[in-house]
Amino acid sequence: MKKFFSLALVLGIVVVTFAAIPAAAQDCATTYRIVVVTHGQASDPFWSVVSNGVADADAEYDCVTTEYQAPETFDMVAMSQLIDAAVASNPDGLIVSNPDPSALEESIKAAIAAGIPVISINSGSDVAAELGVIAHVGQTEYEAGFGGGQRFAAAGVTNALCVNQEVGNVALDLRCQGFADAMGEAGGTSKVLEVDLNDPTDTQNRVIAALGADESINGVFTLGPTGAVPVLEALRDEGLIGVVALATFDLSPEVLSAIQAGDMLFAIDQQQYTQGYLGVVYMYLYLSNLNTPGSIVVQTGPGFVTADTAGAVIEYSARGTR
Amino acid sequence: MASTTTSVDNSPPGDERVKRAGMLRRTLRRPEAGALAGAIVIWLYFAFAAGSDFAGMNGTSLFLETASELGILTVAVTLLMIAGEFDLSVGSTMGAATMATGILATAFHLPLPIAMMFSLLIALGIGFFNGLLVVRTKLPSFIITLGSLFAVRGATIALSLAASGTSNVDALAQKIPDWTSIRPIFHSAFFSLERITERTSFTGEVTQVVSSTDFDVSILWWLALIVLATWLLLRTKFGNWVFAVGGDENAARNTGVPVNRVKIILFMGTAAAAWLLSQIQLFGIQSAAALRGDLQELYAISAAVIGGTLLTGGYGSVIGGALGALIYGMVRLGVPAAGIDSELFRVVLGALIIIAVLVNNFVRKQALGGK
Repeated sequence: MKKFFSLALVLGIVVVTFAAIPAAAQDCATTYRIVVVTHGQASDPFWSVVSNGVADADAEYDCVTTEYQAPETFDMVAMSQLIDAAVASNPDGLIVSNPDPSALEESIKAAIAAGIPVISINSGSDVAAELGVIAHVGQTEYEAGFGGGQRFAAAGVTNALCVNQEVGNVALDLRCQGFADAMGEAGGTSKVLEVDLNDPTDTQNRVIAALGADESINGVFTLGPTGAVPVLEALRDEGLIGVVALATFDLSPEVLSAIQAGDMLFAIDQQQYTQGYLGVVYMYLYLSNLNTPGSIVVQTGPGFVTADTAGAVIEYSARGTR
Repeated sequence: MASTTTSVDNSPPGDERVKRAGMLRRTLRRPEAGALAGAIVIWLYFAFAAGSDFAGMNGTSLFLETASELGILTVAVTLLMIAGEFDLSVGSTMGAATMATGILATAFHLPLPIAMMFSLLIALGIGFFNGLLVVRTKLPSFIITLGSLFAVRGATIALSLAASGTSNVDALAQKIPDWTSIRPIFHSAFFSLERITERTSFTGEVTQVVSSTDFDVSILWWLALIVLATWLLLRTKFGNWVFAVGGDENAARNTGVPVNRVKIILFMGTAAAAWLLSQIQLFGIQSAAALRGDLQELYAISAAVIGGTLLTGGYGSVIGGALGALIYGMVRLGVPAAGIDSELFRVVLGALIIIAVLVNNFVRKQALGGK
């Protein structure tokens, strides 16, 4: 057993190492090395789509090699250290997500000061210009949350829970804020419920408890599929589908089939595949041709996936690109 | 402090070294006394603060489910702690076992029972390895399992990505053929009550909501483990060995207790409990994620400590640990049921741990004080 384990471990490490060595590019005057550092936890299906976007752009452009890195948990200190390490390796371009601008500011500024062009993706749109990145590819979180709140209120929701599975992520706080403001404008209310991303039973039971504690709650808004799926199970268990409205940020196969079945109202789609893909493309164009986008923030969302459109999106989601 | 909890009432009457203790004192001497009192106070508090949402059938089923899941871990962790060791790797082992079943049954198309067996073997292997390192290196188990906490989690993520390109397998019910036939063993209601309530839907209609109060089978798993472990601890030779190893390792070894074997078995026990809980959660939520089980090792230790088990070993009880898990479940569910801000849960838990240990120490000092 012990031998088997050492063998499996060594094998695993070998496989991972080889997978990380980029294929040699051909026919290039210069091969641009682009390092991508995000806060995307490896276990989050959302981020595997971003990393697929990066990998596909890498495969598409012969003169680009990419490296994708992320801390293991939502830890801004660990992430800033990853950025520092990337800067020290002196890449041609750096792509980062910026979920906590005050925590990452120093590392990102250091990269820019070292002459490395930086593009931010996914989160950090509001500080992009001020930081001096050449572009931001993503959606503006507050506005996306606000749009979700408007749709929720229009559907008739007056008292909602905003379920946050990653407390401390400024981008998620902004979503809940935007959502609450839109609900408030429509005369409704919203309250934040903190849950633990890695304990689904607990998430489920606490949502049930919160719904029991306040009978007037008639909507739940989740900030990602990892929050949406346990809430969906909770509503199904309690017979509350169609009574308590449910909508979420971001897609997953389960979210899509729930929308198709009418168990969820909608999902806010930020098309994160394009954040990974276009991030690399914009960086390549900047490095090889000094192109920059016309406006610093390139919007990839919010798009809304509803029962009408869910069917078409499902097959792409299964492929890992939506 | 380091000795056994077995009473010494079998001495002949008239022996001046043996004094019969009063009923109250005998109760207070038990390691679970403080936790029992705490559980009653906390139940009363939330029953008052949240009313029937907490103390009613549905609330009870919810906090029992939460308590049973942590409780399954706590049973094994308590035994290990009585033997004087820690296992910080149980949460990571849960992640490994979850992903092993999920990936072997989907990406490798193994039949589900075989995938689960492999997953159990992997978990037991981690436990064995932890135990072996502890007895061979003589390093504190805190250090050894701190290492495996990181190594197992990292290896789980890396191997999952290498084997299947994902560290999160969802929609298992659709992907695995014999899913629905095995699921009830780990996730189903052994007792259900139908509830009909009225609720105004978001479309403005007053709707009759038919829902069921489900007492989950994880509660039975928990109870079975409590009975088994209590019997093992108090009625078998192995149980005496556990107390002996935790009380004084050298003395135990000198009297012929197979110290190393006991420790390795207990480490494999915590790993097996981690496997069981990981499968229960896997069947419950029908998806596997590499980060599943994060922090559970600390919650399990907290429950054991609240239940009166000493960090230094040699003293503790499975029932106490179970009450600790029950307290955890009640606070976890009571906080949102009472409409208290969910962020406060950890504040309450932290305070409870410290208060529980202070109270336990005080009570024990009074009760063991001889007179």
